[in-house]
Amino acid sequence: MGFFTDTSICIGCKACEVACKEWNQVPEDGLNFTGMSYDNTQGLGADTWRHVAFIEQPRRLGAQQVDLHHEGDGQFRWLMSSDVCKHCTQAGCLDVCPTGALFRTEFGTVVVQEDVCNGCGYCIPACPFGVIDQRKGDGRAWKCTLCYDRLKADMEPACAKACPTKSIQFGPLEELRTRAAGRVEELHQRGVSEARLYGHDPDDGVGGAGAMFLLLDEPEVYGLPPDPVVSTRQLPDMWRRAAVSALGLAGAVAVAFLGTRR
Amino acid sequence: MSPRRETPMVPDAEFRSYYGLPVINPPVWEEREIAGYIFLGGLAGASSAMAAGAALTGRPGLARAAKLASALAMTGSMGALVKDLGKPSRFYNMLRTFKPTSPMSVGSWILAGFAPAAFIAAGTDLTGRFPRTGTAATLGAAVLGPAVSTYTAVLLADTAVPAWREGWRELPPLFAGSSLAAAAGVGLAAAPAGQSGPAVGMAVIGAAVELTASARLESATGLAGQAYSAPEAARLLRAGRVLTAAGAGGALAARLLGSGGRARPFRRRSIGALSRASGAALILASACTRFGVFRGGMASARDPQYTVVPQRARLDSGSAGGGQAGAGHPHVAAAPGHAGAVQVGE
Repeated sequence: MGFFTDTSICIGCKACEVACKEWNQVPEDGLNFTGMSYDNTQGLGADTWRHVAFIEQPRRLGAQQVDLHHEGDGQFRWLMSSDVCKHCTQAGCLDVCPTGALFRTEFGTVVVQEDVCNGCGYCIPACPFGVIDQRKGDGRAWKCTLCYDRLKADMEPACAKACPTKSIQFGPLEELRTRAAGRVEELHQRGVSEARLYGHDPDDGVGGAGAMFLLLDEPEVYGLPPDPVVSTRQLPDMWRRAAVSALGLAGAVAVAFLGTRR
Repeated sequence: MSPRRETPMVPDAEFRSYYGLPVINPPVWEEREIAGYIFLGGLAGASSAMAAGAALTGRPGLARAAKLASALAMTGSMGALVKDLGKPSRFYNMLRTFKPTSPMSVGSWILAGFAPAAFIAAGTDLTGRFPRTGTAATLGAAVLGPAVSTYTAVLLADTAVPAWREGWRELPPLFAGSSLAAAAGVGLAAAPAGQSGPAVGMAVIGAAVELTASARLESATGLAGQAYSAPEAARLLRAGRVLTAAGAGGALAARLLGSGGRARPFRRRSIGALSRASGAALILASACTRFGVFRGGMASARDPQYTVVPQRARLDSGSAGGGQAGAGHPHVAAAPGHAGAVQVGE
């Protein structure tokens, strides 16, 4: 199960952020004024499991008729996108967790067991998307659970439930992929040629994400990595390299002792 | 060091980002604890290997210095590692499972074997009790020691931190060389003069490997390697290189000067002082290198260009991470006039 977030119909209401906080009892994450359009949340973290990005661009959105912007040629568009944990098929956080606190649920999602996590912090730099983080004062790592408790009760996640435009859709991944492909097709036909999917491809660097997106610009504009690759993909090569270096170290010591006259 | 001017930082690469914010969440590891552990663990691992070499070749003074250094460094390491946990009281959860996909899990098990062996080796040497147990512990620590010194390179490389990840080929030999040099430093600084000969060989090999790998880490890792020129990292890495070269050179000079035998007492004392100072320089050099590597990684994590630019280049050249470039990816040519670090309406 997973999410398909269609950012072309996101209105930036942040109901998902609020619903997530309410349902999951996520603590306050800072009351800042950033000046970054309408985004004072800034990014995902231990206390922010849904984050709505706001991007202002001097461009027209599809065939929209706008005259909001008084400078230049009057073209202006607002991109809004609700970001969330990708629940990767090949999840770096889960791979590197040394305690087994992070695990794969029966729904295919990735969840932290807070009663096991010892706050080693390894999952944080292992995530190529910058999702999981350490909660200050608590010490453990926290992130979106894709409402594990709600899924168990046959309910959809709080954010999808609260989304008033169905920008956030919840369902089986195969079904969502089909729906996403259809939506891109539809947008292309309607002249929104910049519409593209992100995280939908099971052959990508994380084996396909459990949260895919329809974006209207390049991923990095939304703060997403353009081509994320799970770090453990190269781990066997890394271990070989370390093993050779360790043998080299032992060999160097041996050479130093054998080659030294008394 | 001479007040050399910093080479200019990376010219502003053309890339797009979300208000210049980092893409990945930077590690929350404290520098003193984690970079400190990587240094001390490296020193301990190579020192244990040196201790076994000394014990087997009849150099008890060198063996004792190496065992004590290893045990002391491990004491500091374990303290630092537990202290850096968000929930230190749950440190034992590290041994709840064994996961080859987690370098931290593998490392925890290596340490679980190595640390007791290092403590027993030092304890039995000091007290003279249980000599056979002591020998077994010394050999055991020597077998695991090189792994302790190098697994930390995988620990750093197996992350999304660009400067560490892209350095996965260079970090293991760098850490091996740096650990060798640090252990050699222990031997030179603390062992009786007549027994520290092998430490000179270790110093020279270690320094050569460390200097080569360190240069490659910055030159052969693409854009990510430039994060190591961030001032806070570059200063330490440069100090590490200078101290490494000076330490190995000094150790070699002291060895050559002292090899004539029958030197006059004054000259012998000077040579001894040079040898010990070289050892101290090597230990300090190893610390500088590890802290420099740590800071370079942190700098690359905080700046989105190190994450975005190489990934964008990979996509644009059709070699996406999945190996199936652009498969079903309705990628549209980027709109003109979008270059710049921050994408906002003007």
